[in-house]
Amino acid sequence: MNYFLFALRNLKRKGVRSWLTLLGICIGIAAVVSLISLGSGLQEAVLSQFGVGSTEVITVQASGGFMGPPGSEVVTPLTLDDVNAINGVSSVDFAYRENILTGQMEYNDILGIGYATTIPLDYIKEYYEINEVKIEYGRLLKKGDSRKILLGFNFYNGKTNGFERTILPGKQVLINDEIFNVIGILEKTGSFLYDSAVFMLESDMDSISDKGDNADIITVKVKNKDLMNRTKIDIEKLLRKRRDVKVGGEDFSVSTPESSLDQVNQILGAIQVFVIIIASISIVIGAVGIVNTMTTSVLERRKEIGIMKSVGARNSQIFSQFFIESGFLGFIGGGIGVLLGISLGYIGTGMINNFIGSDTLPIINFSLIFFSLFGSFLIGALAGIFPAMKAAKQNPVQALSS
Amino acid sequence: MKKEEIIIHLENVSRYYHMGETIVKAVDGISLSVKKGDFVAVMGPSGSGKSTSMHLIGSLDVPTKGHIFLDGHDISSLHESDLAQIRGKNIGFIFQQFNLIPTLTVKENVMLPLSLQGISEEEREIKVNALLKKMELSERANHFPNQISGGQQQRVAIARALANDPEVILADEPTGNLDTKTGEIVMEHLEKLNDEGKTIVMVTHSPELAKEYADIVYWLKDGKIEKITTKKSKSMKKIGKWEGD
Repeated sequence: MNYFLFALRNLKRKGVRSWLTLLGICIGIAAVVSLISLGSGLQEAVLSQFGVGSTEVITVQASGGFMGPPGSEVVTPLTLDDVNAINGVSSVDFAYRENILTGQMEYNDILGIGYATTIPLDYIKEYYEINEVKIEYGRLLKKGDSRKILLGFNFYNGKTNGFERTILPGKQVLINDEIFNVIGILEKTGSFLYDSAVFMLESDMDSISDKGDNADIITVKVKNKDLMNRTKIDIEKLLRKRRDVKVGGEDFSVSTPESSLDQVNQILGAIQVFVIIIASISIVIGAVGIVNTMTTSVLERRKEIGIMKSVGARNSQIFSQFFIESGFLGFIGGGIGVLLGISLGYIGTGMINNFIGSDTLPIINFSLIFFSLFGSFLIGALAGIFPAMKAAKQNPVQALSS
Repeated sequence: MKKEEIIIHLENVSRYYHMGETIVKAVDGISLSVKKGDFVAVMGPSGSGKSTSMHLIGSLDVPTKGHIFLDGHDISSLHESDLAQIRGKNIGFIFQQFNLIPTLTVKENVMLPLSLQGISEEEREIKVNALLKKMELSERANHFPNQISGGQQQRVAIARALANDPEVILADEPTGNLDTKTGEIVMEHLEKLNDEGKTIVMVTHSPELAKEYADIVYWLKDGKIEKITTKKSKSMKKIGKWEGD
């Protein structure tokens, strides 16, 4: 017996009611699919902000600052002495400081707020390698350059850089009222952190800020990737001793790419779980809707059940018919939900990309789609169990006379 | 030539319904036998137990007391799944209100009993096409019940009843919802089936129909058999001569 054809005809017969019933499942599945694909896309977008090079380094920062970039408004900043001490750890290849300055930049008589980051004088080449810095226009900074800067790619286009004029190598800009020459524009990385930054040598930052010996970020390159975790532990021990803090009371953080990623994943994971729970409520409500619709359907089709029994339908066949019809309702709702969810995933990721300047796409996991469809059929079918049992148990004589 | 073999036998069959403290005796101690190839009519006023008897014979219901034998097998206390098999393979129903499935086409309605018995698609197609041709419904094969006339719907019901080539056809007021002329056409089909060897048991309110077509008429009253009239031969049937009148 062609249960699916029968199911489809019956669903079409009650068009509006069927559509309203599957709406609950549709919304729930759309929410789940969009959030999971968005979440995966968001994870990719956030990870892209870390950059490829950062997977090979440990990052040390002082904690306690509430607002602004790393190192700002911390109680006990890291210093050059800490950098030197870390350089003494046996598994460390080298370590250098990076300072970040928030300030104003003026170009074409337009003021903008942004941030500048330093390139260490003693590790210029290593800095470019670690961060995979590549030049688009002009050249990279080198030792001996003075009052020269590199700009991230977002500064190039006059239509989008906020200064209404293209900035090219050779142009002059004012940073905190000091004149700087643009020596190069970097290649687009897709990371907001790099594409919107101003890069200058340490010596130039010292002349326009009061950072002194402070180190906003200490970047540590380990000798061997396998020593990453051990090095992290050694640096933590060292800094605890230097800063006289106990375990659990650290006023600094030592992050490996793995731990940074874990933190991001934890936050994203928690958000996803929360939203999936909310979406699941919608699915449960959708299932209740299916129970209601199928129960009504059984009552309305009593005579039909009686007819089928009179021509030889067994209870199991009647049960199967309603069970499959119910599952079909869930499946169609889930199918539409998947399409809607994928669309929402694309829209959401597009919005995230615009916000943080990344280029990622939502991750459409085909096993997610498969399980969503299978799950919706299952939810629908399970919701239809009691109505299907009720249908199967109908007394043929009473059903025929209804 | 009609066989003398008994195909349906009711032995002191009763069907009671409990309505609170009241017991309604829809059928009360009926015993009857139907031979293979007979055309039997069951008559009586409303509430006499005609339809209940039909339901019991057709295994749509089980008796409270007594035994029902179908082709020698006691079906009185079978499980519903077994009764469904019997209904599917051994009995064809024709109802007053046609009782077609509205979401299935004419062809699909006729095919339904075959599908339920797991007959292959190829075989189903052959059988159904032959039945539609026999009932002059081939051109309506893809129409839905609400797109055809009452007479055509009843012919579809007859075709459906014949789908699994059952030995027994049970017809509950088959012409009740039809005009006289259409009713005659339906009765001619039933007569033809009877001539081909099918056993027909028909519930009817019409004494004229019963006398014209039936070999035996059971007259029921208050759930019991009041009288039985029989025809001595086919020729007697044709000229309206009945024993027991």
